[in-house]
Order: sequence, then structure tokens, then C-alpha cells
Amino acid sequence: MASSSNNQSEVAQDGVKRVALVGNPNVGKSVLFNALTGAYVTVSNYPGTSVEVSRGNATLEGEIWQVIDTPGMYSIHTITEEERVAREILLNETPDVVVHVLDARNLERMLAMTIQLIEAGLPVILVVNILDEAERMGLSIDLELLQQRLGIPVIGAATARKRGVDEIRSAVVAYRRTAARQFSYSRLLEQDIAQVTQHMSGSYIMSPKSLALLLLQQDDEVTALFKQWDREGYEALSEKVRQITFERRESFHLDLSLERKDIVRTLIKDVLVAPAKRVITIGERLSTLAVRPLTGVPLLLIVLYFGLYKFVGEFGAGTLVDLLEKQIFVERVNPWITAVIKDLIPWGIIQELIVGEYGIITLGIRYAVGIILPIVATFFIFFSFLEDTGYFPRLALLVDRLFKYIGLTGRAVIPMVLGFGCDTMATMVTRTLETKRERVIATLLLALAIPCSAQLGVIIGLLSKAQGALLVWGLCMLLLFIIVGLLASRVLPGEPPMFYMELPPMRLPQIGNVLTKTYTRMQWYFLEILPLFILASVLLWLGKVTGFFEKMITAMTPVMASIGLPKETAVAFIFGFFRRDYGAAGLYDLQSKGLMDARQLTVAAVTLTLFIPCIAQFLVMKNERGWKTASAIGVFVSLFAYASGYVLNKLLLMTGILA
Amino acid sequence: MKLTEKAEEVLEALWVAVEEDGRAFLDPDVLGIPADDPVYKELTGHALIELRQGMVYFRPEGREEGKITIRRHRLAERLMMDVLNIRGDEGEYKACQFEHLLNEGADVKVCTMLNHPSTCPHGKPIPPGACCDEARAQGDLGIVPLTEFKSGQEGEIAYILTEDNKKMQKLMAMGVLPGNRIVLVQAFPSYIFRVGYSEFAIDTNLAREIFVRK
Repeated sequence: MASSSNNQSEVAQDGVKRVALVGNPNVGKSVLFNALTGAYVTVSNYPGTSVEVSRGNATLEGEIWQVIDTPGMYSIHTITEEERVAREILLNETPDVVVHVLDARNLERMLAMTIQLIEAGLPVILVVNILDEAERMGLSIDLELLQQRLGIPVIGAATARKRGVDEIRSAVVAYRRTAARQFSYSRLLEQDIAQVTQHMSGSYIMSPKSLALLLLQQDDEVTALFKQWDREGYEALSEKVRQITFERRESFHLDLSLERKDIVRTLIKDVLVAPAKRVITIGERLSTLAVRPLTGVPLLLIVLYFGLYKFVGEFGAGTLVDLLEKQIFVERVNPWITAVIKDLIPWGIIQELIVGEYGIITLGIRYAVGIILPIVATFFIFFSFLEDTGYFPRLALLVDRLFKYIGLTGRAVIPMVLGFGCDTMATMVTRTLETKRERVIATLLLALAIPCSAQLGVIIGLLSKAQGALLVWGLCMLLLFIIVGLLASRVLPGEPPMFYMELPPMRLPQIGNVLTKTYTRMQWYFLEILPLFILASVLLWLGKVTGFFEKMITAMTPVMASIGLPKETAVAFIFGFFRRDYGAAGLYDLQSKGLMDARQLTVAAVTLTLFIPCIAQFLVMKNERGWKTASAIGVFVSLFAYASGYVLNKLLLMTGILA
Repeated sequence: MKLTEKAEEVLEALWVAVEEDGRAFLDPDVLGIPADDPVYKELTGHALIELRQGMVYFRPEGREEGKITIRRHRLAERLMMDVLNIRGDEGEYKACQFEHLLNEGADVKVCTMLNHPSTCPHGKPIPPGACCDEARAQGDLGIVPLTEFKSGQEGEIAYILTEDNKKMQKLMAMGVLPGNRIVLVQAFPSYIFRVGYSEFAIDTNLAREIFVRK
């Protein structure tokens, strides 16, 4: 059916028609995108997951179309960065068809944007999505009547259940622009609009009326565009806009919203029939349990215990690692491949590169596949499952009050939890936070105090052998997280953030979706880490062969000694520069050789957890926050890690804990 | 009965001395208006006060009048500071002038508009008027911030009060529009409200800016 390519840079060639999917967050745009293109973009039950624009090709009834999935937007008048990105598509790319996807349950609220799109003169098709859940709640929607009133094609769908997707395909292909229906506002507002539009001379992508309203809402981007388009006319235009906005400064935004609400109210009269009594679904009952502190906190602990501890910790990092690493790699693959290589390649140095102490296969691949893969895979299954139930927004509101103390809002719960899976991915997700201040604090905390699942798995395995070590490590991390958070929120300038979030309904995740999502995340993760693991193996081999490595270890010995560690740990710290989990796995080797006692292990684990994030995370930090911030965080984290290790070692020696 | 502004000031001072400071009388020298000032004649003429040994005492009628006068003064203060945003000495000065206009029912209007406040901006109690008692008897909350709702309470959004335009637009995009029905689902640890079929979570600062009526 659909052939696809998911290449970001692949802008449609001439002649290829384009269809853009727009709508509020969490209404199923990405699901529809996946259904149309057969490609895969991350779908979740968490508002604002699509932070990037995805493009893919689809064959719709024999024609090739480019499908563009946009981040969620609430209105054409944009406020957040994601919304701006979405509107940019509409402004700059002139799609042939714009599909507005909305949630049937919130028809009344979301139709306001349909009206804006129609008013802008865009070629709109309306998809009333999530009909199945609306029907379950007893809502009935007369789509036929709505279509008549709007004057555009209206399709009912439940894209997660594949309902309505074929109709959407045909509607996109069959779309013919007709004279758009005009919605009129009050006489006063229409007059204001007319006064602005009379100063517009060119022909624009959006209708003058729509642009006039955006100008009156003081939309910076549109204002800047006019400055470009209309050099001569701009003065008069902006003067008029200034005049009207001043006259109506009291309540322009509100008046406009209210007028649109009235228009929608007339539109949906008899279209939407709601049951007299609210139907309370099982999901809503569960939701209530999740958001009340009295039941929500125990529920969170249950989720963490079974999800993280039992499933990721015991099953992933225990059973699966045992199976893959010990039984498959150490017992079978390594001896076999060593024999094969030694047979095939006569040169000792090359043998060393592939199957030696730091060999690509015996070390690099073994770490990546034997230790990291099972832990990360189980974590992503857990995370994706939880994400699709709609639990995270509830968790966000539960912790918002606490997060405020460390300068974040509940919104930051997603990157923080995701950080326990992969800090690199989590750093990327911090861009969904509203203010720059929040983003910097979240990035710092991720770099410093949140161990990723691979690291966590190894450290738990490592420290659980010494009594109390795990507890000391955990308390250290928690304490440092809080201290650094509190400090950062005091030191960094900026307004305290505000928290608002839509709560999507709780639903039972579809196993298929959870697995696909886990698969994409795994794929991303592996493409990112495997080369690094191999590179690390090669560099370590080079270091060993050239003797540079020995020198490094000697050079680092006093540093190690100052925090009470044997010089062999230098190896783990050098590993740790490539990936923190790789470093932790190095400690694992040292421990099994019996080179470290409980105190040394704990100090090493704490220092290493705090230490420089892996190279990949640093690169993402640079991309997201810029060189300056990333370097500052990097330097701070390194010094802080060393200092913490030093203090902890002295403290443990003094008190005799873990001796 | 129409009193001069000066007479009203004497009544206020006397009321504060007697009702709040627990004294029996007011010393004209402490007030700074000497005992031979014609204002005392005006007040005794209305049978509101009496002068004994050069000290000012309430008569029963005067006590009631004093209460109403102090109520007007403190309502005026609230109006200046809360609504007109005139603060400090300037606000105090304006309130002193404004209070004299709050008679013949104007105080009831202002009191209702301010939603029957119980204290002045300095934390002193505002003596309740008949309108306050009536509102309390009816359980009429008037227009209150969302933070004052109880969990499960339903109402209508009256207005949004924020100086931040972006915040206002965000709230409106979430369906927080005057006239929409709103249900407060939960108030702790964050506020959860429902508009239509959607639920939203917001923090206390945002909840304080949404005004609702029952």
C-alpha cells in the first residue's frame, strides 16, 4: 500500500503534492501519519511528543504525496516554539491539503482552530478522530450536518483502530478547493479587520482577514513577515494596527476568543449530542487513583517496584544479562571467536584488536549486546508501556509542587524519568520545557545525578554484593540531586516557571504500539552507541599498543589515590569518558577480580555516576544548549564529581561505614 | 444625616479608640483637633457623641454611625489598592477623600464588587454591612479564584485576571473562557479542572488567576 521514506531532508520534488497534518497536541496526528506513510514516528499518550516535523511519502490511490506531521498547536496564533514550527509549515510550504485532526470528545473546544484554518483560506479537511472513545462516553456527532455547515470535507475516524483511514486517503486525493465558507464576527470586529486589510496590497499565502487578525493579536512573526513583504505599505499598516490594538487593549484576545466560541456554538448546535449524565469510564476511575496523593504515591511506588526494580532490575539486568553475557558471550561466543581469529590472523596485534582484553568483539560487542542491550530494552518496554497508559501527565502534576523547589515544573518529569533509560535521549526531550531556565537546570541534573539504565543496571549489580553500599550510593545521588537542584534554582536568573498540562485519558496501551515504540527507541540507541563502543575498543587498543594508555593510568594514579581508589580504576574512568555505563561495566570487571573493597567500590560508583556524561550526551547538550552552556556544565560536573568522591571517601573513612 | 468630612474623621478615630483599642473615650488633644473646634458641636448636635470633662464619648447612635464610617474608609482603601492599584501614602490619601462619596448605597455596590471583603489592606477588620450578612446567609460566594473552590464543585468561569498576555492565551486555548462551565476535580497537590470533556492540571499561581462563580 504505502511506500515510505522517513528522510528529514527529503523535501518533496516539484510536482509531488503535499499534505500537512495539524491539530492540538495528543489528538492522534502521528498515528495517522504512520498509517498513511507506513513509516514510524513516535506515538505516545503524552502531549507534545512530536517535537520535530516528520515527513514521509505515501502512495494515495496511485498518486505520490508527501505527508508532513507537525507538532501540536492550539491556535494559529502561536505561543510556544513547537507551535511556531507547526505554523511555519503552513506559512512557508503551501501544502496542497491541510488535514486538521481533532479529538471528537473536545469537538467544541477544538473547532475554534478549524475555523481559523478555514478563515485563513487554507485547503482544509477535518478529521474528527478518537470517535470510538467519544461513542463510549455516549457522545453522538452528526458529521454530515457538520460538513454542510463548515463547507469542507469532514471525516469521522479512530485512527488508532484504523477506522476511517481509507476515507481520509480518498478525501485527500479527491480534495478540490471550493469557495470557502465565511464566518463573520461582530460588526465592530469586522470593521477593525477591514481597516487593517485595506492597507494590504499583495497576495499572500493566508487570507488577508486571517493575517489582519494575527497582526491585531500582535503576532511577532507575522508582523516581521509584513515588514519584508510590504516595504512601502508597512508604515501605514503598522500604524493602523497600533491604533486598533491600543483602542482594544483591554480585551482583544478575550473578545476574539469569545466571538469564535459563539461561532462554534452555533455550528455544533444539533451536531453534538451529549448524554445527560456523564459516563464515568474505568480509565477515569484509575486516573482519580493516580492523581490523589494518598493513593497516587503508593501507586507510584508499586509502578517503580514492579516496573523498574522487578522488571528492569531483576529480569533485565539480572536474568537476561546473565543469559546473554555469561552464558552466551563468555562461555560460547568469546572462546569460539577467539579460536577462529587466532586461527585466521597470525599477527598478535590484530588478534588483540579483535579478541584481546579490549577487543572489539570480546569487549565492545560483549558490553553492547550482553550487558547494555537487555537492560535498555527492558527499560524502554517499561517506559513505553507507561507512556501509552497516560500515566506520566498524572505523575507530573503529582510532583509539580516538589519540582518547583528545584526550579522545574512537573513537566520535567518526562525527561527525568526518561533519563533513567538514556540521558542522551532525555537531554533531547528537555526542549519540550517552556523556559530556557528550566531547560538548563534539567540538562544539568541529567548530566550530573541521573544514572542511565545501563549504568544503573551495572551499578546495582556491582554494589548489591557489598552490604549497605547501594544504600549509601542511592542516598548520595538523591542528596546531590536535591542540593544541586536547589542551588541551580537560586543561582540561575529567570522567572519561576508555570505549570499547566492537559491530562489525556488513561487507556490500556496497545501491545503493538508499545513494541514498535520500544523497537524504534532501541534502534536509535543502537545506532548511536554501537559505533562508540567499537571506537572505544579501538582507542583503548591503540592506547595499549602505543603505551600511551599506561602513561595515562600512571598520570591518573595520584588523582585516583586522592579519592582512595586503586590505580586500576583509572581504566574504568577512561572508559567512562566514552560512555558512563561502559565505565561502570569496567568497574564490574575490577570487582570480579577482587581488586576493590566496598568503600572503594562505592566511592568509584558515586564519582563515576556524577562524572562527565558520555560523549553522545555531551554532543546532544551542545546541540540543544550551545557550546557555552554545554562546556560550563561539563566543567562543573567534572569538578563536582571529583569533589564529591573526595568528600565521600574521607567521610566513609572517618565514620567507618562500609569498612 | 449628612456630616462634614471632619466630623466623619472624628467618628472614625473615636470608633477605633473605643472598639479596637479598648478605651472608653477619645482625647481631643491626641486626635489633634482641640476641644473647642466646631466639629464637636456638629456631632453633639446630631446626638452622636457627648463631651464629658473635655473627653469625647460615644452615644449609642454614634457607635453605629462610627462603624459605618470606618467601614466606608476601609472599603475605600481596598478599592484604591486592589482595583485601582494606587498604593502607599498616595492610596491612603485618595481613600480618605473617596470614602466620603460612599454613602447612600454606594458602599453596598462597592462592597459587593469587592466580594464583601473582611479586612482592609492593613489587615484591620472591615465591619460587615447588611449586604455582607445577606451574602453569607445565602452562601453566595460571588466571584472567587479557582483556588477557593472545593473539589468536585462546579461553576462558571467569570474572568481571567493576569497581566501576562501569553498566560492568558494559553489558558484560553485550554478552554478557559468566560461563560464555560468548569469543574474543579482536585485541589492538591496540583489543581485539576475539567472543561468540557478535557482535564487539565495547573499550579496554584495559574489557578489564582482564574475567577469563577458558582
